[in-house]
Amino acid sequence: MREQTAGKSGLSWRAKLINPVLNKEFRLRMRTPRSMWTLFFYLFAIGLMALSAIYLTQVISGSGRAFDPETSKVLFIFLSFAQLGLIAFMGPGLTAGVVSGEREKQTLNLLLTTQQSSTTIILSKLASSLSFMVLIVISTIPVYSMVFLYGGISPRQLLLVFLFYIFMMLVLGSFGIMFSTLFKRTMISVIVTYGITLFMFAGTALLFFVMVGVMQELSPNATNSWIGHILAWNPAAALYSILDPEVSQQVYNYRSMGGSAPKKPLLTLWQEFIVIYSVLSALALWTAIRKLRPRLKR
Amino acid sequence: MTTNKSTIEEMNGDNAAAAPSERAAAVPMIEIKGLAKQFGSFHALKGIDLTIAKGTVFGFVGPNGAGKSTTMSILATLMAPTSGYAKVDGIDVTKQPHEVRKRIGYMPDFFGVYDQFKTVEYLHFYGASYGIPKAEREQLIPQLLELVNLSDKKDAYVDTLSRGMKQRLCLARCLVHDPELLILDEPASGLDPRARIEMREILRELKSMGKTIIISSHILPELAEMVDEIGVIEHGQMIAQGNVADIQNRMRVKRFLHIRFLDREDEAEAFLRDRPYVNRLLRDERGIQVHFGGQDEEQSELLHDLIGAGFKLVSYSEAQTNLEDVFLEITKGGDGAQ
Ligand SMILES: Nc1ncnc2c1ncn2[C@@H]1O[C@H](COP(=O)(O)OP(=O)(O)OP(=O)(O)O)[C@@H](O)[C@H]1O
Ligand SMILES: [Mg+2]
Repeated sequence: MREQTAGKSGLSWRAKLINPVLNKEFRLRMRTPRSMWTLFFYLFAIGLMALSAIYLTQVISGSGRAFDPETSKVLFIFLSFAQLGLIAFMGPGLTAGVVSGEREKQTLNLLLTTQQSSTTIILSKLASSLSFMVLIVISTIPVYSMVFLYGGISPRQLLLVFLFYIFMMLVLGSFGIMFSTLFKRTMISVIVTYGITLFMFAGTALLFFVMVGVMQELSPNATNSWIGHILAWNPAAALYSILDPEVSQQVYNYRSMGGSAPKKPLLTLWQEFIVIYSVLSALALWTAIRKLRPRLKR
Repeated sequence: MTTNKSTIEEMNGDNAAAAPSERAAAVPMIEIKGLAKQFGSFHALKGIDLTIAKGTVFGFVGPNGAGKSTTMSILATLMAPTSGYAKVDGIDVTKQPHEVRKRIGYMPDFFGVYDQFKTVEYLHFYGASYGIPKAEREQLIPQLLELVNLSDKKDAYVDTLSRGMKQRLCLARCLVHDPELLILDEPASGLDPRARIEMREILRELKSMGKTIIISSHILPELAEMVDEIGVIEHGQMIAQGNVADIQNRMRVKRFLHIRFLDREDEAEAFLRDRPYVNRLLRDERGIQVHFGGQDEEQSELLHDLIGAGFKLVSYSEAQTNLEDVFLEITKGGDGAQ
């Protein structure tokens, strides 16, 4: 027995990487027509947006000439936000049903009586939805290249933006899986996940502007740089800080005009965003793993 | 794993001198003590005790809502009991669920399948989930499909299978990791009579392979022929347990007599009511049915007395008591008694 495991260590390492649950998730996901339609509509939406944006800038600049780098930068920013919006729509939809869906289809109990650990099941489900989303986002790169070729954006920025997307999908995926585990019904899980997503985008922005207003009333002369940190909870603001690095500085030193020279912030908006949401995602996944199976020990 | 087992055996076995194999055999497959489960304020199980020896086929019967599925979910490590314990092969289901899962094949009363899988892939997935290497699965799966008569459907998508086929597929799924204990929650529900017979054949084969099987049903004749023991549960309590003959013997009712009279049925009914050993009377258009507590001697005496009293009998026959009657008898008025 011991010899066997020693001899198989190489194989079991691979078996760990592609475990049965992951294998199953991949296969089943790729076999559902829904996946194909998701991919199709996603590409259709992003393509449509890109084309109409290009058309609009052409009309506005009123010439048939090639873009200047400034225009293409605006286009890039527009596309990046459009893509973020699409991800925010897709992420919860793809993950908020992965556990509750199996519960509703009555396959979960069978899965839970196998030898697969809760961690394996949850992480495999996350990995499978993430891979699918990454596949979709990567397939939009040609659309980007239309804009990219005209210049105005650094490759580093492009890479950062895509890494940011992957992170965003991880975050939404973890939240989706957590709610999918906590709620018995997929419907509720989907609604709650979209609710949280909406709060991340709109709620935090609203809170920021309300706080700016309130603090202006209360202490017009104080620095109040903490208000800027509210925006570090907002994905759109974080993305913008990648596209326009100066934003972070402006936001954190919001009221520091006059004498004191603006300090360089410790972390940029998107870095802070990543720290905050790494912790939250980890917590969400931990909760999902804990709650997948009922607690048996008393 | 080995250390766990030996400590458990030491705890259980009081004669340490016995050979290891004997001691292993002494560990019951299922040991349930004082098992209780509450859903909120509702007591679904009220302290169940149950011991099932290895190799036994145990029929678990009881009316709807009695607690059969609840007990089986606890055994399958899917639910924590409120109090009491359940052990499978000497291992506590709440303390080492992972070890217990290796030993059980669980078939829930309701289950779904992954529609997009083919039959073979479906079994491969579960086999892999139990850590069975691919080469081994390649060998095993055709055998399993053979056992449940699905060989010709091996490349069919699971969602094209009929209900009965899905049920058999699920049974094959339970067997991929060669578990010692099968927990089958109403495996024959929704099957047509032919499929039921097939299911019974499969179970008989599994029994001959030495598996311990706990199987629930409300349809008793279906169980009667293949179970070694039955346990009757009602309102979360075990109300009878033992081998089929035992339970029948313990019953107040031993026989059912069907008597048809030519006339004077009312008088006959009154006459019968006063006779000894007559426990219960039922009258319908076919005659009078008597739940009779006596043996052959008393039965013959009753016939003699009836004729002696001048009643005109058309027929006087003894019906076999089957499990169904036992079941009805045990559970009737259960509410009042408790
Ligand atoms: N998750 C639950 N929440 C609340 N009550 C439950 C739950 N599961 C079962 N019950 C209750 O526990 C009791 C026992 O249910 P169980 O499913 O074990 O019955 P059963 O013997 O399997 O019945 P059947 O023959 O209908 O399958 C029922 O009264 C049921 O309503
Ligand atoms: Mg049931």
